[in-house]
Amino acid sequence: MSEKILLNSADIERVLIRIAHEILERNKGAKNIVFVGIKTRGVPLAQRLAKIIQSMEHVDIPVGSLDITLYRDDVSSLSFKHVVQQTYVPFDITNKQVILVDDVFYTGRSIRAALDALTDLGRPETIQLAVLIDRGHRELPIRADFVGKNIPTAHNEEIKVYVSEVDAVDKAVVLRQEGDKHELV
Amino acid sequence: MSLYEAKLSAAGQGTLPPLSIGSWQHKHVLDLDDFSREEIDLVFEIADGMVEILARDVKKVPTLRGKTIATMFFEPSTRTRASFELAAKYLGADTVSLDAVKSSVAKGESLIDSLRTLQALEIDTIIIRHPCSGAACIAAQHLETSIINAGDGCHAHPSQGLLDIYTMKRQLGDLSGKKMVIIGDIMHSRVARSNIWGTRTFGISVVLCPPPTLVQHGMSEMIERCGLNHVRIEHKLDAALEDADIIMPLRLQKERQPSGLIPSIREYIQQYQLNPKRLLRARPGAIVMHPGPMNEGIEISHDVAYGSNSLIEQQVTNGVAIRMALLYLISGGKNR
Repeated sequence: MSEKILLNSADIERVLIRIAHEILERNKGAKNIVFVGIKTRGVPLAQRLAKIIQSMEHVDIPVGSLDITLYRDDVSSLSFKHVVQQTYVPFDITNKQVILVDDVFYTGRSIRAALDALTDLGRPETIQLAVLIDRGHRELPIRADFVGKNIPTAHNEEIKVYVSEVDAVDKAVVLRQEGDKHELV
Repeated sequence: MSLYEAKLSAAGQGTLPPLSIGSWQHKHVLDLDDFSREEIDLVFEIADGMVEILARDVKKVPTLRGKTIATMFFEPSTRTRASFELAAKYLGADTVSLDAVKSSVAKGESLIDSLRTLQALEIDTIIIRHPCSGAACIAAQHLETSIINAGDGCHAHPSQGLLDIYTMKRQLGDLSGKKMVIIGDIMHSRVARSNIWGTRTFGISVVLCPPPTLVQHGMSEMIERCGLNHVRIEHKLDAALEDADIIMPLRLQKERQPSGLIPSIREYIQQYQLNPKRLLRARPGAIVMHPGPMNEGIEISHDVAYGSNSLIEQQVTNGVAIRMALLYLISGGKNR
């Protein structure tokens, strides 16, 4: 396996600042904005975005965490079963602009599950999607509103995002089998 | 923060291996004697996620949509049955309930036959309660369908054992070094047995406090033979309650009392009722649990049952979360 770094710690910081600006621009300020991160690594990313916006707009931005395990469409197959974790959204999302945050955007299936999970919690005015990396290969008609970096990939590659809150380091990498001729664009 | 997350942060990040779904090894849930500590921790971790769902306005997730779960009860039950059925419904499964109490279903062959019928109806999980010890085990041997034992005779009631330990953990945190006292009819109690097996790996000491006539001859030897070093028997309630952290009076099974195992209910109350005065012997803040249904005024006084030490209602709520976790883990077991 060879590992190539796509984003280092400083890149991630810059990307998040840019996305935070885009979110404020799109929503005309921070009013009614709440963040919901998808477990595991969407949560610290959501917290960082909220912190950046707080420092710019001087308002409190609620951040929740969403576990989508119970909403996955592959539960009955044992090999895909996951440990259910706690969803923690301690505020009402009804009539809010919910910014859903995830690390890697791939088939769109986790986002579909997250949308179902969110609508069980309330009726937001809008749900917008922010992702650190969009690697393509969508299997559902879902798109992201805010993208950190677009990385065209092959199916056999793996994108991994590390965040310091969970992994003690900040970086995004692509993992590739040795001898794979496919070059990144 | 979930229990596991709390444990993680207490132990310092990364020193505990993450809980893996791979540690789950069961197709059936028959008793807790073959549950590893990892499996119990996994059930508790998932139950934490389920507790959050129970607190929502809309208590429904689509996880087990399209699955069918049958409850087959050959003994009366209110809370266990309702708890399992709600757990299944909250997870999106469909439920069928077969009331076998009033039917003239005989034991042995016909039990298997009625279970085979359920299997032929493409039921995914069967939850069974039966007055004969070992009934769930026989069912599991004869069927492809996953079986959850909801109580078999005097043998086991695993989901109750799990919810009891889960309730203790949520209230007390780390359980090691804690003392649990189980009072009353140990002889007929499947709840006591499942609690004994379940607490094995938690570092709890368990004191059984039955009247001498309500415990099997040779129970101490049996405990020793099974290697259950955390359990001992003490017949005097006041002595047993010294420094207790967890107290569980069992229901006096009145239907079994004409057999003359206790002199009178009045004498039982005098010797074994958990009342406020006796509770003072336990540690301050000791918790009181009861597997239900309660005979208020017999094994437990009204003041204790509804006092500040009582977690009896939390047990019922936690029971739904534990059963949701079990159903989640068991579902799809057929393919194994």
